[in-house]
Amino acid sequence: MELQAVLMAAGGGSRMMDLTYNTPKPLLPVGNKPLIWYPLNLLERVGFEEVIVITTKEVQKMISTDPKTKLDVKMKLDIVCIQEDADMGTADALRHIQQKIKTDILVVSCDLITDAALHEVVDLFRAHNATLSMLMSKAHEFTETVPGQKGKKKTGEQRDFVGVDGTGKRLLFMANEADLDEGLVIRKSIMRKHPRMHIKTGLVDAHLYCLKKSVVDFLADNKSVSSIRGELVPYLVRKQFSKSMTSPNVNDEADQNLKKKDGNANLEIQILSRDEVLLQLTRERSCWNDHRGDMSEAYHGGRLRCYVHIMDEGMCYRVNTLAAYIEANRLAPKLFDEPAVHPSAAISVRCLIGADSIIGASCQISDKASIKRSMIGASTTVREKVKVTNSIIMHGVTIEEGCNIQGSVICSNAVIGRGADIKYCLVGSAQRIEPEGQ
Amino acid sequence: MADCGEPDGPDNKDNITRSKNEGKELTKEEKQRLRKQKKQQKKQKERKDEKGPSETEKEKTPVSLLPPRPVATQKAPSALPAPASAPIPVPASAPFHSSPTPSPADKPAKSKAELKAERRARQETDRASKQPGSSSSSIKTKAPLSELNPVVKRLPEHVQVDDPAVVKRLAKKLERQQIPLRSDYGYKVSLFSHLHQYSRKAPLTQQLSIPSTVIHPSIVRLGLQYSQGIVAGSNARSVALLHAFKQVIRDYTTPPNEELSRDLVNKLKPYISFLNQCRPLSASMGNAIKYIKKEISNIPSQCKEEEAKTKLLQCIDRYIEEKIVLAAKAISKYAIEKISDGDIILVYGCSSLVNHILCEAFEKSRKFRVIVVDSRPRLEGREALRRLVQRGISCTYVLISALSYILPEVSKVFLGAHALLANGYVMSRVGTSQIALVARTFNVPVLVCCETYKFCERVQTDSFVSNELDDPDDLMVTRKGKTQLENWQDVSSLGLLNLVYDVTPPDFVDLVITDLGMIPCTSVPVVLRVKNLDQ
Repeated sequence: MELQAVLMAAGGGSRMMDLTYNTPKPLLPVGNKPLIWYPLNLLERVGFEEVIVITTKEVQKMISTDPKTKLDVKMKLDIVCIQEDADMGTADALRHIQQKIKTDILVVSCDLITDAALHEVVDLFRAHNATLSMLMSKAHEFTETVPGQKGKKKTGEQRDFVGVDGTGKRLLFMANEADLDEGLVIRKSIMRKHPRMHIKTGLVDAHLYCLKKSVVDFLADNKSVSSIRGELVPYLVRKQFSKSMTSPNVNDEADQNLKKKDGNANLEIQILSRDEVLLQLTRERSCWNDHRGDMSEAYHGGRLRCYVHIMDEGMCYRVNTLAAYIEANRLAPKLFDEPAVHPSAAISVRCLIGADSIIGASCQISDKASIKRSMIGASTTVREKVKVTNSIIMHGVTIEEGCNIQGSVICSNAVIGRGADIKYCLVGSAQRIEPEGQ
Repeated sequence: MADCGEPDGPDNKDNITRSKNEGKELTKEEKQRLRKQKKQQKKQKERKDEKGPSETEKEKTPVSLLPPRPVATQKAPSALPAPASAPIPVPASAPFHSSPTPSPADKPAKSKAELKAERRARQETDRASKQPGSSSSSIKTKAPLSELNPVVKRLPEHVQVDDPAVVKRLAKKLERQQIPLRSDYGYKVSLFSHLHQYSRKAPLTQQLSIPSTVIHPSIVRLGLQYSQGIVAGSNARSVALLHAFKQVIRDYTTPPNEELSRDLVNKLKPYISFLNQCRPLSASMGNAIKYIKKEISNIPSQCKEEEAKTKLLQCIDRYIEEKIVLAAKAISKYAIEKISDGDIILVYGCSSLVNHILCEAFEKSRKFRVIVVDSRPRLEGREALRRLVQRGISCTYVLISALSYILPEVSKVFLGAHALLANGYVMSRVGTSQIALVARTFNVPVLVCCETYKFCERVQTDSFVSNELDDPDDLMVTRKGKTQLENWQDVSSLGLLNLVYDVTPPDFVDLVITDLGMIPCTSVPVVLRVKNLDQ
């Protein structure tokens, strides 16, 4: 088997507490499908047949029991539960399932919505025999006003600095603004090998990684690494250029035994594969080099390589903030071609439903309701003369007559009283808005 | 001419005697001899029919399905571990053939006519039942026969992309093997419209599922590396191929009720088609594949799986060691004799063998200078330059357009080869024939270095018939931010041609240095014949 897919669905959604305090993040509805459906659909489309899903007990229970959250995927889901309050990072989760991992892995986060061509990422991983290959995308500005937030969001948030080489594929440098004290520090060894580096800041990390099996084994030995994105990836990127990685001596047995005692250098030994002699012969005889201008061989003799595929066009969203959630809701329907109006919804004749709207299953829309650019969840009841614009309405909501809802997010099982006028608000689940409320 | 397959003994004899009486007078001895020949021919045919079913299993036709009914073998019996009865037809046919020569002229004509008729009938049945792949069988010919056996050699089929019937057959074959078909890209120059032209930006993996189940992951990786040019160069490609096959063999388990010797060969066929789709196979790869298939088929059926696998892995290691590593050592030993102090050597592109020779010669303290000639779009000479300068050899670098300017300085030309064809032509990177031509004009000796495993039974006299078209977008160049040829596809009268190989006639080549020694270019068919008799 070539690759095993691992879906990380145990995250808490710490940046969208308003939405997630009742519904766990993997089950938030986006376009009337649970959020976890999107990465699963991506994996299924590409050809995976089995996925290991790491999630909490609560989510697993909801998936198996709740008929609303049925995931119509044909793949075999191997659900692994971890404790919700154990505060496990993504790398810790990988360590937890180390026994199940037999080959290289593809780690996906549950909040990724994308239509990227995954073969680009995996081809980089295969062709260059890379240790890490990841996906990134040019960030889009969020244009919609976010309900529940006053004023513009602060722009000085944590930026990521990503350095790539001339071809735009090899990852040379990765750091978060938070980790940098005064300025960007780039080691001379990197500059000597790659004199031209492009540093980009406006990139969204899709949190989709192809990792070699040796990395998972390395994680098992080094228990200090807890997050893939925060610690493992920068560590691997830095380790590409460290001296021990470029030693040409393959057959030194004594050296290897010594290094086994040093936990950090374990990675090097695990990268060595069988038939290294033949691979070396191939590389010697092949007239290809990934760079030119200096005297060193392909890849500068380094054995650890990290690659990144940066998407220019196409959709790639990580739904981890409210703004992203709203944006995703608007664009997600383009990803699948189900009819906008679910056949089981009871739509009465005289209502106006815009083209960009999605009506969930078993909805009841009464007369003279006007729904534009909105998402109506399953089993919602919309009474007469209701105007819903640019909003997201989750499951089980009841909207009484005469309401006017604009630019808002209404969580599940809420009840909006008669005549309420809701503009750019965030209504929590099972809340009750008084009639004539503002 | 008689068109029947089975000659009727007494009738024919009557016919012969009648025709002979019209023509020359036959002596009694000659008539008896003729009768004996007929009997032997019949016996030989019967024996061949018996051997047919047992030998068709061992036949290594990689692409086509064998006709189910026993057909007379098309391989020299000596090439296979044939049963003991096999040698008997051979000497039986030997006197059969040698005897026509002393007899009168029209008697050999008659017997040869019958032979030809049988051959034609067999060929027709073959052609009717086989499903050829257009290009993949081009390299996988069977071994050429000894002159004793009057059977047809199946010649490789050339790529014929402009023939829709052939393309359809290829598509059907690939569909059967569950391998996606790679579509051609861009406008093809009309002279080369019979060849494939792929784009590097549309890899074959787009159409495969990502954890590839149909094709072994190491083969997918290899195909990607071929199509992106990460593994380039005849030797590197063969070594990488054998390395990937080692992985495949390691991960292979025999399904129940199957034999390893037959099943593994069938498993390898779709992989080879896949690799062919990624990038057309080279002659060296073809020979390596033939060797492996022969080794796999030769595994006795009572051998246990583990033993068989270790044996195969050792065979592969031995092949690489013998044919590539040791051959390189032998060739550099011979070549160093030809390099004298004060020489100025011209090399073209990046040939791993020539670089090896020059580095070895430098280590043996020969004093020489090197001129590296390079050409667009590959610019492989830069890599050769880097490797030589790293060792300390003093080099000059020119582009091929400066060739006639620099040749008066040159004392020898060393060229590498992709393959050596059976008529003595050298197939190498495009531009090599130019260099050989200009060197001949300046009376500079041209030495071609080539290992014997790259010798191929194809015959070609021009570079059009069988070649490889690379991605035409490679010819675009961006200077100061502007790419002039960016929209070349919109210009209807413009076509970009990016050839990879060309053939050099043997008159331009003075010497070929192989691991068997230094031979003239015209002795290549001799080497091929000797090699195949050994097998």
